[in-house]
Amino acid sequence: MLCRDGTVTRMRAGQKLGLILLLTPLLLWLSLLIIIPHIDLFLLSLRERVGVRQYETGLGNYTTILTEPLYMVTFARTAMMSILATALTLLIAFPVSYYIAKMVRGRARSVLFLMCLIPFWVSELVRTFGWMILLRESGVISGLLQWAGLAAGPVELLYNDASIMVGLVYTSMLFMVVPLVTTLDSLDDAVIEAGYDLGGSGPSILREIVIPHAMPGIVSGSIVVFMLSLGNYLTPTMLGGKDSLWFTQMIYSQFIVRFNWELGAAFGFMLLILSSLIVWAVLRLTGQTLEKTMG
Amino acid sequence: MTASTLPDLECDGLTKRFGASVAVDDVSFSVPAGSFFSILGPSGCGKTTIMRMIAGFLEPTGGDIRIKGRSVLDVPPNKRPVNMVFQHLALFPMMNIADNIGYGLRRKGLGKPEIARKVDEVLDRIGLPGIGARKVDELSGGQKQRVAIARCMVLEPDVLLLDEPLGALDLKLREHMKVELKALQAAFDTTFVYITHDQSEALVMSDRIAVMNAGRFEQMGTARDLYYRPQTAFVAGFVGDANRWQGRVVRAEGEALEIKTDGGLILRGVSPGRSLAIGDRAEVFVRPEAIRLAENAAQLAHFDTQISGHVATILFNGAASRVIVADASGAEIEVTLPQSGEFAHLSRGMPVHVGWSGEQGNCFAAMGR
Repeated sequence: MLCRDGTVTRMRAGQKLGLILLLTPLLLWLSLLIIIPHIDLFLLSLRERVGVRQYETGLGNYTTILTEPLYMVTFARTAMMSILATALTLLIAFPVSYYIAKMVRGRARSVLFLMCLIPFWVSELVRTFGWMILLRESGVISGLLQWAGLAAGPVELLYNDASIMVGLVYTSMLFMVVPLVTTLDSLDDAVIEAGYDLGGSGPSILREIVIPHAMPGIVSGSIVVFMLSLGNYLTPTMLGGKDSLWFTQMIYSQFIVRFNWELGAAFGFMLLILSSLIVWAVLRLTGQTLEKTMG
Repeated sequence: MTASTLPDLECDGLTKRFGASVAVDDVSFSVPAGSFFSILGPSGCGKTTIMRMIAGFLEPTGGDIRIKGRSVLDVPPNKRPVNMVFQHLALFPMMNIADNIGYGLRRKGLGKPEIARKVDEVLDRIGLPGIGARKVDELSGGQKQRVAIARCMVLEPDVLLLDEPLGALDLKLREHMKVELKALQAAFDTTFVYITHDQSEALVMSDRIAVMNAGRFEQMGTARDLYYRPQTAFVAGFVGDANRWQGRVVRAEGEALEIKTDGGLILRGVSPGRSLAIGDRAEVFVRPEAIRLAENAAQLAHFDTQISGHVATILFNGAASRVIVADASGAEIEVTLPQSGEFAHLSRGMPVHVGWSGEQGNCFAAMGR
């Protein structure tokens, strides 16, 4: 008995060690890259500069943001544009995913899935340059329009909100398609057929059967796309014009251009609060839980 | 023909080709109103294809499908007066039971109170009152089964199609559901078309059965017809168990034949309605329960086929126990072991005699060779 107890204890100890070893990379990642920087940022955001190298603790940075219209407008605009980008991505990705998951079989299916993936083999910078080549004044689309006689002179399609939107949707596509294909794939074809058999029409089956089933995928895809859009720096900077300010650009300029780390840190925290709030609201509205959508 | 005698479902020369292969080959049948019709066949014989064509999910290559005398070929599946119970039931997991059953009624545009009343009514009829608010995965296999049938029956279809719905259940429950399905069919008084590969499901429940093989109907008739009077070698082999020998006809007197098997046994048999001449290759089927077992040959004197041998194996399985008897040449014959006690002492190697009357040996012309 004694001997056996000893073995059990040793096994338990072994399991514990294994668990610690497995968790180490995750804990290192979380503490070094997420928790420690955020604590530091938070403390930084609470520091007010009152003079040269003189600081006081207070909420001054936050009141600056809330009282300065430019900051608040950019803040709200970024949120609205990200929500719109998420909605557009969902609208475009849903039929694509449905087609991949339910309509095609075998080889054609993997080929289609791969075609969604291929753009992501190229760096985001190069992809965004691709859009610039297409959309700029001397670009492909402008040239085509002139050649077809639809435009008298060169057309500038870059540097506006629409071009940002195009870039954001394009960048986010894959992150919506993957969870949607996965959830739609798990819907038994017979369930859809049963819907038809019992008198359902296409739209009613979509509304009552397909969308409720795909809800976890829709929500998790939307959360990822929304976060990516909100925190995107490259696309708004390259495709957006002077009026298309994005919140990340303001964080960048506070840290790097203005060297005002305190205000930049407060901006960063505002963004974190905003994204958490919106994700929470979406989860509440759709009746989903984080476990269900991410599990 | 008056409306009341019109069959609920008629298929006429129904054919379906997938590329070069023929899944359903010129199948015709009609199902009278209120009856239980089964299509029995091995997997891949085309029975599911027939069902999907009737439901409207597949378009026939040729032929016609009529429901209550009206062709439904141009009617989409959601408008056909036919509903289907799917193999894995396909209940909607995102809805509760009441919403599942009410789905078709909502699509018909009925008012909420009327839907609620009809759902309650049908839940009562399937013996599960008050489960409307439950979720699909809270039900047992048998309850799901009944809900799937209720979901169709609430729409009062002309024909209910059932695609091997008992396949996923365990043996005990399957036995129970067979009886229950038959009772439900009688209670709803609706035409059921049932497809299965399980002969016992078909035999127990059906008024009429069609045995299907390789895209064609081999034989159509009542369970008794198929069992006692198979018309083809396939039906004789597929429905029920049978000993099967190949041989050559050595004597023919009308329908009565004498056949010498390749193993050297001399067997008597009959071939009602089929012509077999001396010298023809033939197959003989004899059911294990048609063979008498005896300890001395005198008890079998009245049988025209008698074989002596010894017990090779005893397969004990309660009421369905069998003995495998090997004759002098080593050929094996499966015989049902009577459970009356007189063979309780039987053991391996004991000499025994078996015999059967010529009418029990069904003879068919052998295919191919």
